[in-house]
Formats: sequence, structure tokens, C-alpha cells
Amino acid sequence: MIGGALRQTGRLFALAAEVSRAVFRRPFQLREFVEQFWFVASVTILPAALVSIPFGAVIALQVGSLTQQLGAQSFTGGASVLAVIQQASPLIVALLISGAAGSAICADLGSRKIREELDAMEVMGVSPVQRLVVPRVLATMAVAVLLNGMVSVVGTLGGYFFNIVLQGGTPGAYLASFSALAQLPDLYISELKALIFGFIAGIVAAYRGLNPRGGPKGVGDAVNQAVVITFMLLFFVNMVLTGIYLQIVPPKGG
Amino acid sequence: MGIEVAVEGLTMSFGKQNIWQDVSLTLPAGEVSVMLGPSGTGKTVFLKSLIGLLKPQRGRVLINGVDMVGGREKDIYETRKLFGLMFQDGALFGSMSLFDNIAFPLREHTRKRESEIRRIVMERIELVGLLGAEGKLPGEISGGMRKRAGLARALVLDPQIVLCDEPDSGLDPVRTAYLSQLLIDLNARIDATMLIVTHNLDIAATVPDNMGMFFRRELVTFGPREVLLTSEEPVVTQFLAGRREGPIGMSEEKDAATLAAEADGAAASPPPGPRAIAPQLEPSPGLPPRAAVGRRRERVLGMLDTLPPAARAAIEDTYARHAAAPTVSLPAAGSGS
Repeated sequence: MIGGALRQTGRLFALAAEVSRAVFRRPFQLREFVEQFWFVASVTILPAALVSIPFGAVIALQVGSLTQQLGAQSFTGGASVLAVIQQASPLIVALLISGAAGSAICADLGSRKIREELDAMEVMGVSPVQRLVVPRVLATMAVAVLLNGMVSVVGTLGGYFFNIVLQGGTPGAYLASFSALAQLPDLYISELKALIFGFIAGIVAAYRGLNPRGGPKGVGDAVNQAVVITFMLLFFVNMVLTGIYLQIVPPKGG
Repeated sequence: MGIEVAVEGLTMSFGKQNIWQDVSLTLPAGEVSVMLGPSGTGKTVFLKSLIGLLKPQRGRVLINGVDMVGGREKDIYETRKLFGLMFQDGALFGSMSLFDNIAFPLREHTRKRESEIRRIVMERIELVGLLGAEGKLPGEISGGMRKRAGLARALVLDPQIVLCDEPDSGLDPVRTAYLSQLLIDLNARIDATMLIVTHNLDIAATVPDNMGMFFRRELVTFGPREVLLTSEEPVVTQFLAGRREGPIGMSEEKDAATLAAEADGAAASPPPGPRAIAPQLEPSPGLPPRAAVGRRRERVLGMLDTLPPAARAAIEDTYARHAAAPTVSLPAAGSGS
């Protein structure tokens, strides 16, 4: 049982290493990359925007209510923006990338595998990792970074709207606290998180897709597992990254 | 000229289940070989091991000095470009049209211009009789057409080694006969080493130069076609005659008790007499003679002393007849029987 889990983990890392190497191998599959990028973007943009508005609102309302009780209402803007940019935005991106894009990638590769298309490709001396997996992983990474920017903006605007319009906050105080507490490294870590999440989601989806167990039902199971495994990994990695960030980057307000 | 494939002591198992063990054979360069065997004896696994898709636990597969089992991944990928493998159900890329499927290896491995690719692909499409269907997706055509498209794709890079996994399954007898002829014509044209895995007796009787058979996790025999066609081995005779009496059962093999009971009742069925060997197919008129024929003749006559008497007689008989009527292709050669 433990041996099996370790073996799977080892193979996952082996695939990650292979993909990292294959990224630099010519010829780069530009067309496949563009197609996958477009596909991933098209299935994630709208849900991401729709999710980020209420998410920003919830954080704004919650933080607003808390700061009001503490008498620090003027800091609402900074606090909610930090929560959105650093935590909410990369996680929303992670959920959508793995749930919408990862599941599609996993199902696509899995069905190709059971139809022996991938074997046929290998027989023709074409590596499926270089040809199919690399463009997909790069596409999820690129979309994750860009999507993260969009979610940050939409979430922040949503928070601003709810704080000012519904809670009667003052726009000036909101923006002032924003620049008092938030700093550029907050944005960097947010984008770095999105990049790493995109990579993990792509790799896990590809790994499960390349190794489905036994026929069409195996592909269904693989998709399910890919999404669950990605979620767990992403939340764990998010915790680690947040911990490291808080240790090494001094807070602006302090 | 094709390349020799040397298999040494290959043993394969999935977990605890042993598929076959200690398989050693040599596919002579440029000749056509057929591997027979009841369903589920690991013929497809053997084919995939030759090309390095599956990794047997022990043994080597040597092609041009590269070990397809334990060699470096880079060498294996390079060597695979010499192969053309026809999968059981075609294994076409579902998202591409037949034309793009067949053009895929050319676009990946050569720097040919699109007009040249078009010429080569259309030639192959015509060869397998799919003219007019090149724009269709694999999902829109019948299983037999998918198979033929798979063959066209396998042939597009002029492979030196052609592997066919059950080319006949899902084809009607007429199409199977055409396919047999196509395979022989192909061998005459490109002189590639060919291995066909099948359990179709017509193909087995008329196409190959060499034959082998898998049974009970072992290679029963491999050698010139006459050896297997005249063999008195119970497994071989049962398989070639398609009878129920013999060691092959519904599920893999029979146990001793069933065999004994069968032996009591077997007195009723007459013992098989010496079987007539069907002549091998000749290339279609207009094609060059197969270069492998001469090489094989020399090779087989050289090893004549080591063969069983029945096989020796059959070989001598064949070549005596050949000498009487030298390589003029028979008009009936295309009938496939």
C-alpha cells in the first residue's frame, strides 16, 4: 500500500522531470500549444470571473465587519485586497484550472491512451510527452498566470464595490490603506503561486491521463482522481508557499 | 533490404502471470514471417516487445545492434523510425482526417514539402484502396477501412521492418485474400522484414516464408514454413486443422483428465494424413520478384540437414517444382487460397 503510493509519487515526479527537460527540446509544438492555450482559457475565463466577484464580496464584507468591530475600519481596503490577491485569487485559479482544464486534459489523454493512439505515436518515434504533454502543461501555466491577474482585478473591484456601496466605506480610506499595507511582492507571490499551480495541475492531469487503468471506466476514474489529487496538492503547496513568503518578505505595515 | 531482428531469451510476465518465457528466434532480413497462436497467448505482447513498447523482464531484442528492451531510450526512439507497425484496430488519431493521419510520420520526421507529402500519401492511400476517403475522420469509416488506413500510415516512411497485428481481424475473406496479396506485393516492392501476427489459416498457409507458434507460455517452434506446416506436434496439427480434439481448450489449455478422455473417443476421428502444402503467393504481375526468395532458398537449403524429414521432403518438393516452372507468377496467385 505504502510502496504503491511511493511508486506513484515517484512516477509523478519522473514525469515532471521529463516534461521539464522536454520543454527545451526542438521542435516546439507551437500549434498544439496555441490550441490548448485557447481551449484552457475558453473554459476557465468566464467561471473564474463569475466566481471571483462574490468571493471578493464575501471577503470585503467579512473583513469590513471585523474591522468595524475593532475600530480599524480604515484598514478594510488593504486587508481585503491582500486576502484576495495572495490567497483567494491563486486558489480560485487552481480550482478552475484543475477542475475545468485538468479534467479535460486528463480525459483527452486517457481516451487517446486506451485507443492506442499514444502507443502508435511512440512507435512512430514521436514522444507523446514532448508532443502532447509539454504544450498542455505550458498552456495551463500560462493561462493560470494570466487568469490570476484577471481574478485579482475582478476580485478587488468586487471588494471595493461592496465595501463602498454596501458598507458605506470611504473610497479614499480604502485606497489609502491599500497602498499602506499592500506591496509589489504580494503580487509577485500571487503570480508565482498561479504559475506553480498551473504546472502541478497540468502534470497531475497528464500523469493520470497517461496511465488509466483498464478501459473507458479507467479513464473516468483517472479524471476523478486527477482532480482530487490536484486539489490536495495545491492546497498543501499553497500552505507551504504562504509560510515561506511570510517568513522571508517583511510586512510593509510593520 | 530489410533488417534482421534477433530475439534472445525473452521472458515476459505481468505481475505473477507469466506470458511467455525464454523466446529466442531470428526474423531473417527481408523475409515474411507469421506468428500463430491461440487467442490470449501473448502474440500482441510479443509484437509490442519487439518495438520496445513493452519491456520484458529478461532477454534482448537486437536490431542493428540496438537492444529494444534494455537499450538507451534515445537509441530506441531512433530505431523505431525503421519500423512500421499496423495496430489491431488501426490506432488512428481520432482528431485527424485519414490524410493527416497518414501524413503524420512524414510531417514529423522529414522536411518534405507539402506537395511532396501529398504525392506520397495519395500513393499509399491508393495502394490500400482508400482513394476518395482521405478527408474522412477515423470515426466515420468502417473497421476494415481503419485497418487499411493504419497499414498505409505504417508504410509511409518506407519502413525496413513491418509488423502487422492481426491484419485480418474484422475483414471478410475476400478482403483478407486481397490483404495477403498486398502484403506479399509490399515485400516485393520494399524488401522489408515482415512479421504478421494472426490466427487466420489462409494467411498462415500462403503468405509467409517462416512460421512460428506460441502455446503454453512458450514458443512451440519457429522456422521455415514447411517445418510448421508438416509438423506432427499435436498443438500445431490441431490449430492448423481448427479441430476441437487436441491440447488447446476453450480457455487456454486442457488438463490431463480431459485429454485422456478425449484420447479414448479420438479413435472415431481419422488420424490426419500428410497435409498438402499450399503454394506461397507470388507478387502481382508487373512487380519485381521478391529479393527475399533467393536469400531464403540459400538459407533453407543450408540448414536442410537440421530439419525434420517431413519438412525436408516438402522443401525439396517445393524447390524442385520451382526449378521446373521458374518464377513465373501464377494467374491464380491472387485468389488467396
